Amino acid sequence: MIAAPFDFDRVEVRDVSRHFGRRRALAHVTMDLHAGELTGLFGPNGAGKSTLLSVLSTLMHPSGGSVTYGGRRGRDLGDSLRARIGMLGHDLFLYADLTARENLEFFGRLYGLDDVPTRARAALVAARLDDRADDRVSSFSRGMRQRLALERAILHHPRLVLLDEPFTGLDDASSVALAARLTAVRDAGAIVVMATHDFDSADRVISQAWYLRDGRAGSLPGAGGTLRERYRAAIRRAAE
Amino acid sequence: MAFALVMLVGAPFVVAQAPAEASMGLVSKIFYFHVPAAMLTLSSSFVCGLASLAYLARRRPGADHVALAAAELVVVFGLVVLVTGPLWARKAWGVWWVWEARLVMTLVMWMIFVAYLMLRRFGGPGAEVLAAAVGLFGMAVSPFVYWSVNLWRTMHPTTSVLPSLPSSMALPLWYCVAAFVCLYVGLLLTRVRVARGQAALERAYLALED
Amino acid sequence: MIEALRTAWLVARKDLVVEARSRELVYTTLFFSLAAILIFAFGFVREGRPNEDMAAGILWVSLAFSGTLALGRAFEREREGETLRALLLAPVERGAIYLGKVVALVSLMTCVEAVIVPVVVLLFNAPIGRAPGLVAALIVAGTIGFAAVGTLFAAMLIRAHSRDVLLPVLLYPITVPVVIAGVRGTAAILAVEPNLALARMWLTMLIFFDVVFVTLALWTFGAVMSE
Repeated sequence: MIAAPFDFDRVEVRDVSRHFGRRRALAHVTMDLHAGELTGLFGPNGAGKSTLLSVLSTLMHPSGGSVTYGGRRGRDLGDSLRARIGMLGHDLFLYADLTARENLEFFGRLYGLDDVPTRARAALVAARLDDRADDRVSSFSRGMRQRLALERAILHHPRLVLLDEPFTGLDDASSVALAARLTAVRDAGAIVVMATHDFDSADRVISQAWYLRDGRAGSLPGAGGTLRERYRAAIRRAAE
Repeated sequence: MAFALVMLVGAPFVVAQAPAEASMGLVSKIFYFHVPAAMLTLSSSFVCGLASLAYLARRRPGADHVALAAAELVVVFGLVVLVTGPLWARKAWGVWWVWEARLVMTLVMWMIFVAYLMLRRFGGPGAEVLAAAVGLFGMAVSPFVYWSVNLWRTMHPTTSVLPSLPSSMALPLWYCVAAFVCLYVGLLLTRVRVARGQAALERAYLALED
Repeated sequence: MIEALRTAWLVARKDLVVEARSRELVYTTLFFSLAAILIFAFGFVREGRPNEDMAAGILWVSLAFSGTLALGRAFEREREGETLRALLLAPVERGAIYLGKVVALVSLMTCVEAVIVPVVVLLFNAPIGRAPGLVAALIVAGTIGFAAVGTLFAAMLIRAHSRDVLLPVLLYPITVPVVIAGVRGTAAILAVEPNLALARMWLTMLIFFDVVFVTLALWTFGAVMSE
C-alpha cells in the first residue's frame, strides 16, 4: 500500500476492444482523457459504458488494444496505479451492515491513508451525513447512499475518478449538489469519467462527451443544441 | 491418430492370445483395458493440471485448449475404468465395488473433472479461468485422495487389484498400454484442433462485426 | 509482507463485525448443522439408540454441508453492493484479501463448532475426554482446509452463472481428503479401542493439506479474480 508514489495527468485509450465469448462489449474504442476534464459517457443500456469503466479501472483486461496512464500500462504499475484510482460502481460498493463512518474508515485504512478518522469525518460532512454517521447504511435512502458512495470513492483523492450512473435516484436538490461536488473534483485536477443517463445534470459539468453504441464510441460535438439533442442526433446518425 | 487406430485394431488379437485366467474366462481380458485406462486417467489429470497452471500464468489460449481436452479425456477414460472395474470385481470377488485407494481415487478425480466440465458449460463467459483453478486444484489433490483412502483402507485389508504378472500376460498388457497411450495422444490432439477451430470461428465472427 | 497481513486483518475484522451485527450466518449455520445431525442420527438409529460409531461421520458431514451454505451466503453478501470489486480495486495484495476472508470464515465455523461438538458428544455419548485437544486440533485443521479451498471457489464463482449449484459440485470432490481425514481421525479417538497415534497421523495429513492448498490458493487468487 505504501507503494512508490505515482501520478499521471492523462489517460490514453487506444483501440480497446472487449468481448465475452461471441458478444462484443467494446469495439475499437479510442479516446484521450486529461486532468481537469470531466468526460461524459452516454449511450443505451448494454452499450458498453460499464465495461469501459471496468477496463479503465484495471479490474478488467481488454481483449484488444491498450490503456496507458501517463504513458505507462496498467499491468506494469499494479498497486501504485490502483492507489490513484477511485470508482463509484453501479452497486455503490458499500457494506450495508456497517455504519457510514465504518464504511469510510474501513476503506480509508485499506488505502493506507493517514489520520483516517479525521478524513472520514470530513467526508461525512461533505456528504451531509454527519448526523447519520453512526447509522447503518442499510437504513439510508438511495440518495444518501449515493452521496456516501461518492465520498468513499474519492476519499483517497484519486487522480482518476470513475463514476457509473452517479445521478441515479437523486432528487433535484441532490443532483445539483452532486454536480457542484463533481465540478470541484474536476477543477482540483482529477480526470473524471462519468457514465450517466441524466443529460441535464451532465450538461452542467462535462468538458467533453462521448456516446457508446454496441461497443463503438463516438464523440459528441460541443455545440448544436442541448446535450440531449446532440446525443439523439448522433445516435440517429450511427444507426444509419 | 491413424497410427493409434491401427494399434487399437490390432489389440483384440493380441489380447486373445494371452492366457485366460482360470476362473474368469473372457472377463479377465478386461484387465488389459482397465489398467491402461487407469494410468491414462491419472496422467490426463496431470496434463490438465499443468495446462491449467500454464493458462493461469500466461493466459495463452493454447494452454486452455489442452486443459479442456485433457479434462474431457479424464472423464472418458475414467468412465472406462469405473465401468470395467466393477465388471471385473463382480466376476473375481463377487462384489461390485471395492473401497480401495486406486478405484476410489479414480472416482473422485472423475467427479472433479466432471465438475470442471460443468463449470465450463454452465458458468457463463469467463469460466475458462475459473475452470483452470479447478484443474490445478484437481491435480494437486490427487495425491491426497490416494493417501487418505489408502490410509483408511489399510485398516481393513482387501484383495489386491494387481496380481503379479506372468510374462505371457505382461506382453499383451504393455502392448495395450502403448496402444492406449497412442489413442490418448491422438484424441488429445484432435480435440485440441477442434477447440482451436472453435476459437478461430469466434474470432472470425467477431471480426465480421467490425 | 507486514502490509499484506495488516490488510488481511482489516478484511477479516470487517467480516467479523458485519457478522456480529446480524449474526445471520452463525445462527443459520448452527441450526442447519443441528438439523442435519438429527436427520442423520435418525437415519442410523438401531434399536432405539444411534450407533456410537456414527458420531464422527455425522459430525463431519454436517459440518461440510453447513460450511458450504455459510460460504455461499457469505459471498452472496459481498455480491450485494459489489464490494468484492471494491476490495480488488484497492491497492492491496490480492492474497491478503483471500487470507482475510479465510480467517473470517474459519472464525465463524469455529464458533459453530464450539456448539455442535458438545451436542454431538452428548447425543452419542462420545468419549471425547480422552483427547479433547487432539479432537479440537483435527476440527480446526479440517476447517482450515475446507475454508481454504471453499473461499477461493466461492470468490471465483461470484460472477459466474449457476453459482449456487456449482459451488457444492466443485467443492465436495476436492475436499474429500479433508472429510476422510477428519472422520477417520475423530473416529480413531472415539472408538472402543482408541488409537491416538493413528489420529495424529490423520492430523498430520490435514496439516499438509492445509499448507499445500492455502499456498496454492494464495498464488492463484489474483489470477483467478481478474476478469
